[in-house]
Amino acid sequence: MILVWLIVILLVGGLLAWLLAGLAPSAARWISLLAIVVDLALALTLWQPSAVDVSTTGVWIAEVSAAWIPRFGIGLHLGIDGLSLLMVLLTLFIGILSVACSWTEIDKRVGFFHFNLMWVLAGVVGVFLALDLFLLYFFWELMLVPMYFLIGIWGHERRVYAAIKFFIFTQLSGLLMLVAIVGLVWIHHRATGQLTFDYTELLDTETTGTTGMLLMLGFFIAFAVKLPAVPFHTWLPDAHSQAPTAGSVILAALLLKTGAYGLIRFVVPLFPEAASTFAPVGMSLGVIGILYGAIMAFTQTDLKRLIAYTSVSHLGFVLLGVFAWNHLALQGVVMQMICHGLSTAALFIIAGAIYERTHTRDLDRLGGLWATVPRMGALGLFFAMASLGLPGLGNFVAEILVLIGVYKVSIALTVLATIGLVAATIYSLWLVHRTFHGPNERKWSLPDINRREALVLWVLVIGLVGLGLYPQPVLDAAEPALAHVLEPFKNR
Amino acid sequence: MDYTDLTALAPLIVTAFVAVLIVVVLSVRRVHRVVLGVTLVGLVLAGLSIMLAVPLAPRQVTVLLIIDSYSLFYFGLLLAAAVVVSLLAFSYLEQRRENREEFYVLLVIATVGAMVLVASNHFVSLFLGLEVLSIGIYGLIAYLRNTPFAVEAGIKYLILAGASSAFLVFGMALIYGQTGSMQFGAMAAKLSGDVHLGLVLPGLALMVTGVGFKLAVVPFHLWTPEVYQGAPTPVTAFIATVSKGGMLALLLRFFTEFEALDLGPILLAFALIAIASMLAGNLLALLENNVKRLLAYSSIAHVGYVLVAMLAGGGLAAEAVTFYLVAYFVSTLAAFGVVTVLSDRDREAEQIEDYRGLFWRRPWLAALLTVSLLSLAGIPLTAGFLGKFYVIAAGVGAAQWALVIVLVAGSAIGLFYYLRWVVVMFGQLPTSEAQWSWPRPQALWGGAGLALAALAVSILWLGVYPAHLSGLIQACIPG
Repeated sequence: MILVWLIVILLVGGLLAWLLAGLAPSAARWISLLAIVVDLALALTLWQPSAVDVSTTGVWIAEVSAAWIPRFGIGLHLGIDGLSLLMVLLTLFIGILSVACSWTEIDKRVGFFHFNLMWVLAGVVGVFLALDLFLLYFFWELMLVPMYFLIGIWGHERRVYAAIKFFIFTQLSGLLMLVAIVGLVWIHHRATGQLTFDYTELLDTETTGTTGMLLMLGFFIAFAVKLPAVPFHTWLPDAHSQAPTAGSVILAALLLKTGAYGLIRFVVPLFPEAASTFAPVGMSLGVIGILYGAIMAFTQTDLKRLIAYTSVSHLGFVLLGVFAWNHLALQGVVMQMICHGLSTAALFIIAGAIYERTHTRDLDRLGGLWATVPRMGALGLFFAMASLGLPGLGNFVAEILVLIGVYKVSIALTVLATIGLVAATIYSLWLVHRTFHGPNERKWSLPDINRREALVLWVLVIGLVGLGLYPQPVLDAAEPALAHVLEPFKNR
Repeated sequence: MDYTDLTALAPLIVTAFVAVLIVVVLSVRRVHRVVLGVTLVGLVLAGLSIMLAVPLAPRQVTVLLIIDSYSLFYFGLLLAAAVVVSLLAFSYLEQRRENREEFYVLLVIATVGAMVLVASNHFVSLFLGLEVLSIGIYGLIAYLRNTPFAVEAGIKYLILAGASSAFLVFGMALIYGQTGSMQFGAMAAKLSGDVHLGLVLPGLALMVTGVGFKLAVVPFHLWTPEVYQGAPTPVTAFIATVSKGGMLALLLRFFTEFEALDLGPILLAFALIAIASMLAGNLLALLENNVKRLLAYSSIAHVGYVLVAMLAGGGLAAEAVTFYLVAYFVSTLAAFGVVTVLSDRDREAEQIEDYRGLFWRRPWLAALLTVSLLSLAGIPLTAGFLGKFYVIAAGVGAAQWALVIVLVAGSAIGLFYYLRWVVVMFGQLPTSEAQWSWPRPQALWGGAGLALAALAVSILWLGVYPAHLSGLIQACIPG
């Protein structure tokens, strides 16, 4: 039941925030914050202190199942294992930050803003918990509509274009996934005579040859668009740069992770044969993403677009690691999902803080801000360092694990991916340089970060340092889940 | 024909009687409210009388009409749609100078026609139902006879519907000539023995023309945008739902009983029609700034989606068509309902720009319109999504890959124009006072409000928990 509550609290919190915003705008903010904190506390009760033996307890820490649309064997089946739990915790944590970072930025239609924010979070949590493919699609789309409103209403100057592009890309790829889901279900139906959308049942479906490959591609494209993998990434720079700060934070830190999660949870386990045939292509796309994202990031003049392209680059490691499909690489992927979530969220929050003060994201107009906002500059430098993979911070652990994992599979791709790390150094330092260093030509004189912003950013600093120095709890938590998805591949 | 037959026909008889009753009431005194009351009570009673017929189904009443659970289900759907349209029409007509009361006579007559259509398994009743429906609709389209657009649209519909009926009758005659029967099942039985199809294919081809016109599928769709635009908005809602729904229900029965889809050329023709409708409907809608024309093109695409399910064949096809139609009915009625209540004495709220900032001025109406558009676009949490899911399930189950892929592409294109409308509603309010003043803030009449609320609840309820409806459809619709 606790899993249902995790989603319901967010949905109800969102509705309440909308309804009560009429009384006072801050009511919406406090209600949202409260709801997410309660949710986070609830999710933390599921945390298991050390790695458990899956053979005795079963894979799922908690599970709930009920009939929903019996005509098609669709159930309300939610389950949580270590991997989903990590993702849910990340979601709620980032949720708190996004409420906090829009505290003063959003002053119009506050109630509706928080409604959308909370419903996106609910959709994301739902995707991480869904164990029924229909339910997965349901939540997949549930996070789409509110996100569309977040970008389309509170975004920057080209928000409508960005919002519609985002929606159409995701919806089209989502429909392909729906067709693939239905195709998989019919194949299962023909083989067993049982009509079901249940993930655990469908795992045993024999999918071979061209059919398997086509169905796998249906899933893959949906997740690759969200991830995003080159060449499906073109919605991302627009959506990220036009969204309000909270929108960018949620997009980068959470929505992209649903794509990564989908690859690990659904694509490879459901279609092992097709996925291993496809692996070289997938890994190559990952490397192309790493290098292409890095080059594009370097050429941007819009601060938020630059950060957006770094996401393309960093998520390339996820794609690379997933299709390497070994233990080390997957551990790296999990770490990368969390650390990229934290570091990119931080960069977007800083970009948002700069925009709130200067009303520009143009790197040509910025520069020399260090003198006027030294504390923000220092934090910006820190997160840029995290993003480039400085040892001692979480992102380093993640990327090195992925690289070691991939090394076993393909040395050439490892070398190419490592070049991406060098490129990351260049664009990260370039970002800091163009924003905070150099002459202050526009004579910016700005207030430094306030207490609220400092709190948000310092929490992220602690998180990244913690993950960099002692990543073991995360790896332990994900261990049973990873062992479970790797199990069928033991004999290959 | 005995007492049991009459009981089985009760829904049809009561509805037809309502039309007569309204005329009688009108001859005593013209009061708009009273006429609406009579219409509503009558239609609801007709709906309740379905319960009387349920235990008797399935029953062939004369050779013309079949009262089975399938007909009864569609009776309920059509009557419910007629109730909603009457409620929406009331405040719309109140603002207008014409005689208002005859509107309901025509509305009820057209509904009777659609009901005959869904209960027919014979060419004669098919033609009878179709003509009764069409004649009601001619009058309804041109009802506001002081507006030139309405008369133009009415004439256009009259001429084209007349021509298409001629095609239909000629096609029926050819098939009758070959098979010697006008009853769907008997014709099919004849054909299975007779190896020569002879005139049956040309006959079916001519019938496709007649049916295609009513369904407004490509290439018989040219009248749709003009008529949708010219007709009073409640009438447009009626054409989009009752008229098309009745025809689709008939087509489904015809396909099932006549086994027409086993004929290669017919299957191919309908597949091409479906593909062309999905693509042309969605692409043409992209260019529209008039929301009534936009919905016209979108309805062309939606009929294309329904045809995908219909062509899939097998048990799921009938269920998918029916579920999709229910979802399409509630979403379309809700969308046109909002357009109706926003229209005022002088003009209809038909330009997309009229909706700018609506969410900040009339939040409930804008929220309902958003939900109905998202439902038409097939986004989860709404009925339209489940409908689309049914169609995709049917299409994939029958391995109709080409159709399914076009459906996916069409839906993606469709998103663009639905979202464009939604974006406008959430856009900034116009700054100048002149733009602000329209649509005039007018109180929402309670009846229309009730109808809209019911539609909103249905869209969301069917989208979140469709088990009731899917169970009912499974029980009512034979595989």
